Amino acid sequence: MKSILKKFLISTFILYFPINSFALIEVDITRGNLNPLPVAISPLSVDEKSRKSFEKIIDKKNIGEEISSIVENNLKISGLFNPLNKDAFLQAPDIANLKPRFEDWNLIKAQALITGKVSNVENKLRVEFRLWDVLAGKEMMALAFTTVPTNWRRVGHIISDKVYERLTGEKGYFDTRIIYVAEEGPKTKRIKKLAIMDQDGANNKFLTLGNELVLTPRFNPTSQMVTYLSYFRNLPRVYLLDIETGMQEVVGDFPGMTFAPRFSPDGKKIIMSFAKDGNSDIYTMDLENRIVEKITNHPSIDTSPSYSPNGKYICFNSDRSGYQQIYVMKSDGTNVKRISFGNGIYGTPVWSPRGDLIAFTKLHKGKFYIGVMRTDGSGERLLTENFYQEAPSWSPNGRVLIFYRETKTDEKGEGFSAKLWSIDLTGYNERMVKTPTDGSDPSWSSLLSN
Amino acid sequence: MKLNKILKNLLLVVATCLALSACATKKVSTGQMQGDVYTGTDTVEYLASGVPDRVFFATNESVLTTASRETLRKQAAWLRKNSDVTIVLEGHADERGTREYNLALGERRANAAKDYLMTYGISSDRISVLSYGKERPVDSGSNPLAWSKNRRSVTVKAN
Repeated sequence: MKSILKKFLISTFILYFPINSFALIEVDITRGNLNPLPVAISPLSVDEKSRKSFEKIIDKKNIGEEISSIVENNLKISGLFNPLNKDAFLQAPDIANLKPRFEDWNLIKAQALITGKVSNVENKLRVEFRLWDVLAGKEMMALAFTTVPTNWRRVGHIISDKVYERLTGEKGYFDTRIIYVAEEGPKTKRIKKLAIMDQDGANNKFLTLGNELVLTPRFNPTSQMVTYLSYFRNLPRVYLLDIETGMQEVVGDFPGMTFAPRFSPDGKKIIMSFAKDGNSDIYTMDLENRIVEKITNHPSIDTSPSYSPNGKYICFNSDRSGYQQIYVMKSDGTNVKRISFGNGIYGTPVWSPRGDLIAFTKLHKGKFYIGVMRTDGSGERLLTENFYQEAPSWSPNGRVLIFYRETKTDEKGEGFSAKLWSIDLTGYNERMVKTPTDGSDPSWSSLLSN
Repeated sequence: MKLNKILKNLLLVVATCLALSACATKKVSTGQMQGDVYTGTDTVEYLASGVPDRVFFATNESVLTTASRETLRKQAAWLRKNSDVTIVLEGHADERGTREYNLALGERRANAAKDYLMTYGISSDRISVLSYGKERPVDSGSNPLAWSKNRRSVTVKAN
């Protein structure tokens, strides 16, 4: 009934405002999406000669189908789209891309259609794709690009981002990576390694060997550098790692543990905690001139700092009131204000890339929650409850949070696991993010194709 | 009407406060825990005969209990007798807290032990501090007793 009404609305819009492009399909991402948009993703067509040439390079039989299935999977896990079963498609991929027969696609209830073509142009991968509004019978977008063939998975992610952006009006988050801590072994002797993977779990790679404990990796704004905590030589310190070169260095020369690192939004500073004589305060270090600044000065534990996207404010957690609560201050450490006042204790605040919200972990009556609040502490909303979960990290468009969850062990102390999970800001679409081993401390990169 | 509503809210708040404080002050004394501080010997190792290697803490606390102070005095006496020994104080937290906060908490606990040893004449040159946060539990259980064993500062010989 609702969808009939929607169709009716769309068609009337077109009748009265034929030039207004907003009359075409739109997906509302501000609410939990109970009616994902039915979308047909026709496999990208590929000529036989190109198909054979790519088969050798990418070790997959049909590159067109592979790229389409990446798009299909991305749109599906976003929770906003319902990719339709390919078996029902009536039109062949090559013809669909030239001139879709909208009646055919309408018949299987597709509202949007994605078509495209892959070809080998001088050993480069050339991809063109189109997004169609089936009901309006119109092309919404057409794009073509050329890249090296080994980038084929990213091509799928970029198409997904473009489609998402065109249909929701907001940037996508598919051409991104996740850095996290891969975990193995018994709970009392966990082996932890830095690992990086594409947002959809592909291309998983370990960045450290597991000889020393590593924790809390976070990307810089360009996603080329990572700051994290390593117990190298039993001296827990904040490190910097260049992902491309593998070069690592200690951040600063502190006579004790440094931890909880993050980059400033311009990537020029690292903000972190330094523990001395039982007291942890927040410091920054400028990566160019190596100048260290002390930002908080309080005999309580001040940690988990995170900058606002404009760099003017810092949120952090402190137990200065007796228990862990969230505070906001100016980036020079002045004007400290407590913002969390609900029941329970609050930690790991992270400022949304859109600037309007702070995500956090909350412990109340033995349960852990991931939630969000406005930057003045108002409008607290809990998204998910569990035995143990913490450390949310935002997708670059500020619509999804990734975090980790641990299971309760049984009476024998067995059955422990740690997994990555994601949830939409709406509180819907909670999913486990598959990793080859157990995982924790996820951090989402920026959009790589920006 | 409005006043009534306010009164009702107030009552609710009072009721919750009562419920919370009742919870907070309830002391459990099983054979192995006092309040929520571990008092058993399951996981304890010994630096020398009669010198336990670790002390335990209440949830979110770094205050030394009477029993902890007694243990640390024994450690101090042993360290004074063995003046060539240097030590690492390893501070730990249970799994019921955020990772970064627990790193700080472990450091605070180990320093509480360090300060106490120093007041009993052990030079800070002989003591280093290392926090593991919640990364190295001794008991992998997910229950109050297991957590109480994991909230600890362990004195480890470094040489």
